[in-house]
This record gives sequence, C-alpha cells and structure tokens, in this order.
Amino acid sequence: MAYQFDFIPVLANADLLLQGAFFTLCLTAIGTLLGVGLGIIGAVMRAWRIKPFSQLFGLYVELIRNTPFIVQLFFIFFGLPALGVRMNEWEAAVLAMVINLGAYSTEIIRAGIQAIPSGQLEAAAALAMNRIEIFRHVVLRPALAKVWPALSSQIIIVMLGSAVCSQISTEELSFAANFIQSRNFRAFETYLVTTLLYLAMAILIRQLLAWVGRRFVVGGR
Amino acid sequence: MTLTPRRLLTALFASLAIGVSPAFADGLADITERGVLKVAVPQDFPPFGSVGPDMKPRGLDIDAAQLLADQLAVKLELTPVNSTNRIPFLTTGKVDLVISSLGKNPEREAVIDFSAAYAPFYLGVFGPEDAAISSLDDLDGKTISVTRGSIEDIELSKVAPKGATLKRFEDNNSTIAAYLSNQVDLIANGNVVMVAIAERNPKRVPAMKIKLKDSPVYVGVNKNETALLEKVNAILSAGKADGTLSAISEKWLKQPLPADL
Repeated sequence: MAYQFDFIPVLANADLLLQGAFFTLCLTAIGTLLGVGLGIIGAVMRAWRIKPFSQLFGLYVELIRNTPFIVQLFFIFFGLPALGVRMNEWEAAVLAMVINLGAYSTEIIRAGIQAIPSGQLEAAAALAMNRIEIFRHVVLRPALAKVWPALSSQIIIVMLGSAVCSQISTEELSFAANFIQSRNFRAFETYLVTTLLYLAMAILIRQLLAWVGRRFVVGGR
Repeated sequence: MTLTPRRLLTALFASLAIGVSPAFADGLADITERGVLKVAVPQDFPPFGSVGPDMKPRGLDIDAAQLLADQLAVKLELTPVNSTNRIPFLTTGKVDLVISSLGKNPEREAVIDFSAAYAPFYLGVFGPEDAAISSLDDLDGKTISVTRGSIEDIELSKVAPKGATLKRFEDNNSTIAAYLSNQVDLIANGNVVMVAIAERNPKRVPAMKIKLKDSPVYVGVNKNETALLEKVNAILSAGKADGTLSAISEKWLKQPLPADL
C-alpha cells in the first residue's frame, strides 16, 4: 500500500514549530552578536600578537575548531555540573554557540585584518588619526568588509548547527520537529516542513546579513 | 481380527487420546515424580535474567525459580528463552513454568494461566530519597527528565500538572545523565533502569515517587494445571509472608517488594 501523505497532524502543531523557529532565531541572534564580538577581540589579539592573549586565543581556536560541537555542548551541559557550574539548557546552548562561533570568527576576521596593507596603516598614522580611529576605520571595517561573505556563511552554519541543541532538551526548531514526530510518527511530513522552515530562515538571515554588510560594513566608507 | 476401517479409526482415536493425555495429567505430580522442575528463564534481560561471569544464568527470575524448586523439594533445570519463544516453550510442554519477567495481558491470558505476581515492574517518576513528592500535584514547579516518545513520556505528558516542566531527551542515557548531573529534579523511567543507575552511581540513587504504569511480572503456567498453579501461588504467598521474595527483590531491584503486590 502506498504511503498516505497527511500534513494535518503536522500543521496542527504549527504553533510548536513556529515557536521553535523563533527560539532558533533568538539563539542565533544572541550567539552571533556575542560570538562575532568575541571573534573581533580574538582576531585583534592574534593579528597584533598581543601577549599573552595571542597564545591563549590560539589555544582556544585550536581546541574549539578541532572538536565536535555536540561534544562541546554535552561537556557544558552534562559535564560542568560536576565542577559545580550548572546552567540550564538555554544558557548552555547560547554559551556553546558563542564559544563555537567565537573561535571560527577569530580566524576569519584575523585573515581580514592581516590582509590590510601596511601602507594603509602608515597612511592613517600620517593623517594623525588616533589609535581608536585607526582601529575603527582603517583596520576593523576594511577587514570585516573583506571577510563579510565568509563570516555570513559561518553564521548560517551556526544557525543550522543549533539543531544539535535539541539533544540537551533546548526547545528550538529541531526539538519541536522531533517532538511532533515522536507523537504522530509522521516523519516525512514533519521533517519536510522543518526543512522548509530552516531553508526559509537561512535565506532570511543571508539576506539580512547582506543588507547589514552593504549598509554598515562594505559601503559608505 | 480383520482391520476394518471402523477398527482402524477406533485405534487411531485411541492412540490420539494417549498422545493428548499428558496435557490433562497432573503437572505437579509429574514434577515431583521426575524430581526436576523445568523453568524457562530469560538470559538477556538483566536484572531479571542474564549470564553471569561463570557462564551460568543469574538474576531475579532465576532466584524465584530456585525458590519454587526448593519449596517443591526438587532439582531445578533452567531453559534460557527470549521474549518471543517463552510462551511456546510452555505450551508445547518443554518446560513446566515460565519465569521470564512475564507481564499479564488478555492475549496471553487466553493461552496460559498466570500465578500471583512475584516481582514489581513499572514505569514511574523517581527522585532523591528526601524529595517530598507523593502525588502528581507535587510535580508542580519541578523539572523531570524523560526520554522523548517513550511510554513514560506519553503517560506523564497526559497527567503532569501545568507547572511541571518535562525535559525530553533523545535516549535513556541522556535522560539519566541529565538527572545525575543535577540538570533536573526528577526522572521518569522504568524501575529496572533505576537499578542500573544505582549500580553505577550509588550517591544519587533515585527512589520511586509516583507510579505511572504498573505491569508486575507473573509465573506462567499451562492451562488446566490447577494443582500446579495452586502450589506455585501457595509458595509465592508464603515467600511474601516470610520476606523471601522481598529479599530477592532487594538483591536484584535494590528495593523491597511493594506492599500492594
């Protein structure tokens, strides 16, 4: 007998899915703001070799980029309570995403900073710009402009990777999908709708980041 | 004497009657006469039945079988079975009793008889010894870890009060890890799983708080074996009265026999 497609049981739980999608976007937004912030600090330390932070960030980047996200997440959620550090599933999810994106964006932004020709810095100094002005207009903005597409992709990856947070009972989109599927056993329908939601969210974030890039980073220098 | 078709038929029926007759015989008398009690036990379902380091079967079901054999003053012969073949082993007469963590349901009751229950088997909400939780209302404001889509998830989701937070995990291991790492107040699971936790982490042994679904285990006896069934029940009720069964439960399930069993 052919499989009878039935989307009604899934759509009946549309509120759960939409709520999950909203939480995924929230996680991504907080994770991105803090993660990229951490990445900028790390990139400056790494690019300008400020001791001892340069080495510390180097260690951090290697540690995070060479271990699976789910293991980092489990370590924070299930492991740290043994040391008395107890976080709920949302705090653990945000922390894991910030730490993860922080490491990747450190390397991405460092590449951007190191790609700035030294003549540009010398020109800025010749114009008598102070350190903060140089950092803001001559270093950070051109660096971000150079790596903006790579950084945008990394943010999308982190958003999609947040699906893993469902494993520690964080009720984001994948959790909602798994939950609905465990109740109605409509795997195809549930995951198809979920896939489309993720796709729409990824496109939305990409467009948003492209707009932010044009408006604040690349253009209007 | 000539072999008329009629005589042939009579002989056939006579032999059939002889062939069937053991089913109507007294199983209890057979056992005492034989001096051996044949019991089907699990070998892949700890703590009810598993293979010990000495390659011999061990577990709650094996101890219960030993108790019955001792009380009948006969030797015990164990036959390892799995959950699909345990009833056929009984109905085809290969064993006298099935003591194989067997739960009762109408389908099974149509085929075999059940003794009184000899051990608890249930799904419930478990938590620290000192947590004051005795009814579903007490779950208000508590967080409970549960394996998503499991029977205990479905049951608890139906009855849990609004204020209770169910944290659903992918598998039993994550559900247990969440409880052991203090990420939740309580855990919903089976009593057998709690034994596994008790063995590995004696510090935070979960105690039973609320029963969600009860399915105690019974000794399976063939139909029409009234004498044997009565004898098994007599031994079990004596075992309950003198604490023998409770000791077996303590040994394997880390908890005494529930009073309502």
